[in-house]
Amino acid sequence: MTMAPEEPKTETPVPEGHVKLTIDGEEVIAPKGELLIRTAERLGTVIPRFCDHPLLDPAGACRQCLVEVEMGGRPMPKPQASCTMTVADGMVVKTQLTSAVADKAQQGVMELLLINHPLDCPICDKGGECPLQNQAMAHGRAESRFVDKKRTFPKPLPISTQVLLDRERCVLCQRCTRFSAQVAGDPFIDLLERGAHQQIGTAETADVLDMASKTTSGQPFQSYFSGNTIQICPVGALTSAQYRFRSRPFDLVSSPSVCEHCSSGCAERTDFRRGQVMRKLAGNDPEVNEEWLCDKGRFAFRYAQAEDRIRRPLVRDASGKLQETSWTEAMRVAAEGLAAARDAQGVGVLAGGRLTLEDAYAYAKFARVALRTNDIDFRARAHSDEELSFLTSQVVGTEGVTFGALEKAPTVLCVAFEPEDEAPIVFLRLRKAARKRHAKIVHLGQWTTSSVRKTFGELLACAPGAEPAALAGLASHAPDLDAALAQDGAVILVGERAAEVPGLFSAVHELSARTGAQVAWIPRRAGERGALEAGALPTLLPGGRPVTDAAARAEVETAWGVSIPESPGRDTSAIVAALADGSLSGAVIGGVDPDDLPDPELAHRALERAEFVVSLEMRPSGVTKWADVVLPVAPDVEKAGSYFNWEGRRRPFDITLENTGALPDCRVLDTLAVEMDADLFTQTPAAAFGDLSRLPAFAARPAFAAVAADGTEPGVRLATWRQLIDNGSLQAGEPHLAGTARPAVARVSAKAAAELGGDTVTVSTDRGAITLPVEVADLPEGVVWLPANSGDSRVRAELGAGHGAVVSIEAGGAR
Amino acid sequence: MTDPLTPVLTKRWLSPNSWRLATYEALEGYTAIRKALAGTPEQLVQVVKDAGLRGRGGAGFPAGVKWSFMPPNEDKPHYLVINADEGEPGTCKDIPLMMADPHSLIEGCIIASYAMRSHRCFIYVRGEALHCIRRLNAAVREAYGAGYLGENILGSGFDLDITVHAGAGAYICGEETALLDSLEGRRGQPRLKPPFPAAAGLYAAPTTVNNVETIASAPFIVNAGSDWFRKMGREKSPGPKIYSISGHVEQPGQYEAPLGTTLRQLLELCGGMKDKVPLKFWTPGGSSTPMFTAEHLDIPLDFEGAAEAGSMLGTTAVQVFNETVSVPWAVMKWTQFYEHESCGKCTPCREGTYWLAQILERMVDGHGTAEDIDTLLDVCDNVLGRSFCALGDGAVSPIQSGIKYFRDEFLALCESNKRELVGAQA
Amino acid sequence: MTSTEIFDQDTVAKAQDLIGRYPQSRSALLPMLHLVQSVQGFVSQEGIDFCARQLDLSEAEVSAVATFYTMYKRRPCGEHLVSVCTNTLCAALGGEAIYRQLGEHLGVGHEEVAGEPGAPGSIMLEHAECLAACDLAPVLQVNYEYYDKQTPESATELVEALQRGEKPAPTRGAPLTDFKGAELQLAGFFPEDDEAYWSDVDGPSQTAETLRGARLAADRGWTAPVMEDVPLPEVEKK
Repeated sequence: MTMAPEEPKTETPVPEGHVKLTIDGEEVIAPKGELLIRTAERLGTVIPRFCDHPLLDPAGACRQCLVEVEMGGRPMPKPQASCTMTVADGMVVKTQLTSAVADKAQQGVMELLLINHPLDCPICDKGGECPLQNQAMAHGRAESRFVDKKRTFPKPLPISTQVLLDRERCVLCQRCTRFSAQVAGDPFIDLLERGAHQQIGTAETADVLDMASKTTSGQPFQSYFSGNTIQICPVGALTSAQYRFRSRPFDLVSSPSVCEHCSSGCAERTDFRRGQVMRKLAGNDPEVNEEWLCDKGRFAFRYAQAEDRIRRPLVRDASGKLQETSWTEAMRVAAEGLAAARDAQGVGVLAGGRLTLEDAYAYAKFARVALRTNDIDFRARAHSDEELSFLTSQVVGTEGVTFGALEKAPTVLCVAFEPEDEAPIVFLRLRKAARKRHAKIVHLGQWTTSSVRKTFGELLACAPGAEPAALAGLASHAPDLDAALAQDGAVILVGERAAEVPGLFSAVHELSARTGAQVAWIPRRAGERGALEAGALPTLLPGGRPVTDAAARAEVETAWGVSIPESPGRDTSAIVAALADGSLSGAVIGGVDPDDLPDPELAHRALERAEFVVSLEMRPSGVTKWADVVLPVAPDVEKAGSYFNWEGRRRPFDITLENTGALPDCRVLDTLAVEMDADLFTQTPAAAFGDLSRLPAFAARPAFAAVAADGTEPGVRLATWRQLIDNGSLQAGEPHLAGTARPAVARVSAKAAAELGGDTVTVSTDRGAITLPVEVADLPEGVVWLPANSGDSRVRAELGAGHGAVVSIEAGGAR
Repeated sequence: MTDPLTPVLTKRWLSPNSWRLATYEALEGYTAIRKALAGTPEQLVQVVKDAGLRGRGGAGFPAGVKWSFMPPNEDKPHYLVINADEGEPGTCKDIPLMMADPHSLIEGCIIASYAMRSHRCFIYVRGEALHCIRRLNAAVREAYGAGYLGENILGSGFDLDITVHAGAGAYICGEETALLDSLEGRRGQPRLKPPFPAAAGLYAAPTTVNNVETIASAPFIVNAGSDWFRKMGREKSPGPKIYSISGHVEQPGQYEAPLGTTLRQLLELCGGMKDKVPLKFWTPGGSSTPMFTAEHLDIPLDFEGAAEAGSMLGTTAVQVFNETVSVPWAVMKWTQFYEHESCGKCTPCREGTYWLAQILERMVDGHGTAEDIDTLLDVCDNVLGRSFCALGDGAVSPIQSGIKYFRDEFLALCESNKRELVGAQA
Repeated sequence: MTSTEIFDQDTVAKAQDLIGRYPQSRSALLPMLHLVQSVQGFVSQEGIDFCARQLDLSEAEVSAVATFYTMYKRRPCGEHLVSVCTNTLCAALGGEAIYRQLGEHLGVGHEEVAGEPGAPGSIMLEHAECLAACDLAPVLQVNYEYYDKQTPESATELVEALQRGEKPAPTRGAPLTDFKGAELQLAGFFPEDDEAYWSDVDGPSQTAETLRGARLAADRGWTAPVMEDVPLPEVEKK
């Protein structure tokens, strides 16, 4: 990728796999296969283009990037599209800078593109950041010769709740359709009609008579990635329902940011105006999210603008009502209450999975320094000792598998992990690996989900709970896969719900040890990996130090100037149980929804019973009702910090909206600690990170303690995970996004559906029941699938159960 | 010297029930495959190369060379696809051929498939040609029945299946890569090349797309050899060719003559201009080939001759127009055709034909200006060689050649609304 | 009505048969859309849904294809489809006058139906691009059977006969049926009865124009050079 040096006389040796060519008189060395348009760009020559996009397959459709090309001393008879032609040795290229032919060709195409383009730039969202506008200024004629009739369309058409289509503005570059078909694998948007009538559309917008008036709908553009089409549209043809007419690009202030939703840690650009975030765009980070975002990352930010944001501290008064009060007063009450509870039976800390590294560190330190306990756990979800052992022995501190490694992996095995729902950008990489490099993607799951289909994958189906046995028996029942996992670069990805299957982490560990495949743990929430690194666990101190390792503990004790209890603390379930039975007196809870906890009913009882509860929250939650003090904390855009994504890559971000008065958790805890006569040195995220960084490196890890798989209980097993767009609290206030959520349906096998009869099924436990429309899928017999938190299907809250639980099913409405 | 007419492909057409297997077999049908299957694929490619058979679909690429691009291995299945999507305005040779002598195409397919190690052949027929589809279907059925298709053809060990596939109305599918997309069940829009079909064609496997007349010639070349074939036509354009003469002539129809025959000779064969109304303009090979005038009566109609005179041989669809026809009107009609048939993929063709048609419509309607003529030519310039495939080039041919030879008529239309010349007066 | 009610088991079987004719299922889409037209007389949203289900495609993908090709009608067609070539050569020889005359006679424009769509005698009129019968200009087609060398008068008579329920024989083609019948054959399904099959196949195809060159050569004794059986060239075996 080196350019020719300045001195023209010296012969530059052409490295292996490279060619030498001339662009506008300048010699350049380029890797074989590089497209001319990119080589020229490296020289600083921007050739205008519309259809070209570096992450999409070349199309050559818009013809805007024509250049003159000479091969072997012979000029090619026609100008060539530089977005489809690759470099060749001895090629001579003349762009618009040195070729009148290329310049005229480009001007000609630009004029043709504009004949049917409406002159509505003044009311177009794209105005001011429009490649058509910009390139027309740079490469077009001042005046059009077109005096005839423009093609018109009614505008705009909603093609989903999020995306609006203005066909008049469209230049038919097909970036959107190519993105949807190639990158996302969601061909719900396509070209319709032909010639000058050609247009982008969906089955719904197609001019085809519907005999039965919408019995068969015509699917709208339903994709988790549809927002990318808006961003890559080079004109204002695809606009965002959320952002439409809200701002002008030149009135926006842009700030680089990192997505707070899943554990991918996508680079984002947050655009705000007058203290309000207007939109989020994908940042360009080739190593992580390339130039893509999922729709949740792009659109789900209004929670921070919610009416019910808690802006001032609340303290429960004598009558039992929460009252707004000053920070000073709130801190005093909280410190006194916590100190009393600590000195009684003790205080547990539920930190939640959405903290930044810096905030998580503050919780970890607060627990040890101010509360003198190891009773801390970030896992606000089902969890196990087996998982804890896996995380502390195999995951913490590692930098193994990366997005890039996934793309190059010959084989990827997904275990208890639904990439499209749980880490959509990981899904895109897996699809890319499969599509471009024919990687084999195998999913150990229950049915052929869209993740399986769109990664050209193979389903290894088993009942929930039977995953460890399936992995253990791989060598005999899937010897191909077993051998493939032994190939260089093979990867096993394990997801959040593995914690609900006894023996599964052990089976993954064993399989990895046997085949040599690398393992990566991909949690669903953005803060989990960072909280692991920060030591927000009962057995772990920052930097992967086991609490029980005296030397490790001593390092932290020295740094912090305190002594730390030498035995492991309680995990989330144990903290909840201890609060419920009175063996703990108080709790500090940061951003945790009790309904996410393994036993929501017990969690509510625990909070009720707890003597003193401090809640750190942005908005009222299930904890608020029981909290004695509520301390408001800042959402991502109002603070700085960093996430550790699933790769173990630190993703720092700066504050976007300044001076809102909102404080990060680390600052709140720091002040609270001072009030309790302890120093955290986490006044700011930077200070917190500095404090954490001053701890010396620590390499030793405990051994993984394997656990045996469960015997199989008879009965129908529940398979469940969270869909990307669901009832999650960070998606609040965004109806456009919610409109593209996948409908909440239950899935059973064809045989079970026939036996049940009817259109709905009721799934129940002794706690409760959920009734949903039923759909058939290729599930094993005796398995029912429910979305974990979509619509009426709030599995944990209603059933008190999770993945692998035994449930009963009957025809809907029978209860 | 050969005779003025050299019926080879059209010879059997005179026989009753020429489309039936019995007739075909009685007239030496399916003799060439016996000879071909006894030889090697390399020999067949060689004889077609030696014969200098050039593609009859319009572009004139040497068929034997095209066949030789197919990889020698069979790592992936090879496909032969017959382009029977005849739709270029003026062109009407393949449809009568497929109706009258479908077995010659089937026999050609067997030879070509064997030569290219293909075991699957698709005949993509224009949907509107329903009767051809029937005849081909019947011919394929008869050929299976007689052991000319299927497994182990005539005991040679060679297997071949043929599927007759109906299109659905899109001129662009005559472009070979658009045809492949269409055959894969997609919108018929041209593909990026490279990769060329011989490397990655149908289902991304090695594929050759040939025109009907090209493939139907193969049995004769196999039977009589390349020297025989070269006795007809000219050095670089050998062989007989079906000239389809239409329009204002006394006896329009299909005339199979050696390549290089001139319009003057063809007019003699077809009885001259209808009612002796003088010739005004004509196309040598469909509307995409720039028009000629009475100046061009003696141009040899072969690939070189037509090109040297500033046009193209195209499909030898000779459309003859007399003095009653307005050139701007004819050009407008053709431009409307290209506008309707532009696939929409690329900007120059999609937007250019849209604009050009509007200018011409306005002109013919008496509202044009002299500047419009300049604009027409400049827009043509911005389409020609700038579009994704050759449709755009074809679309501007009538305009550029029409203005080249009949600028005064365009000007007159702009100046004085000469409506009486609009449209045919026939 | 949903697509499963409109398209019966026989149609599903035919759709599956089509899929079986190709190495990759998607290739069956064009024939399958013809099949849909043979059932409904046009392609409806339900027809698109049907194809999408049979081929495991999105409805958008099928819509993209259905709206690309002119032979797929997106409004109910008549019992017959009358297509008049109005491309330059046919138009110059009277095709435009024919189209105009038929439009006036039927009181309809392009792709509009005279009569209740689908009812006996109903006719969809369209102007067509070059129908590849230029030596027989001006031409029109009824359900894709050729009626060559038409005049406004002959075309009007033809259409009147169609409206009366008659089925005048085409110049070239099989005995006339209706649009749906033609679409079934385009989908690749021909009469199962042998006699009906061959009666269709043997329908006329050659006019004087088709044979003119061959006949003239025969009359004048002109021939191609004599064909002699020569061996295939020797080539080096690779």
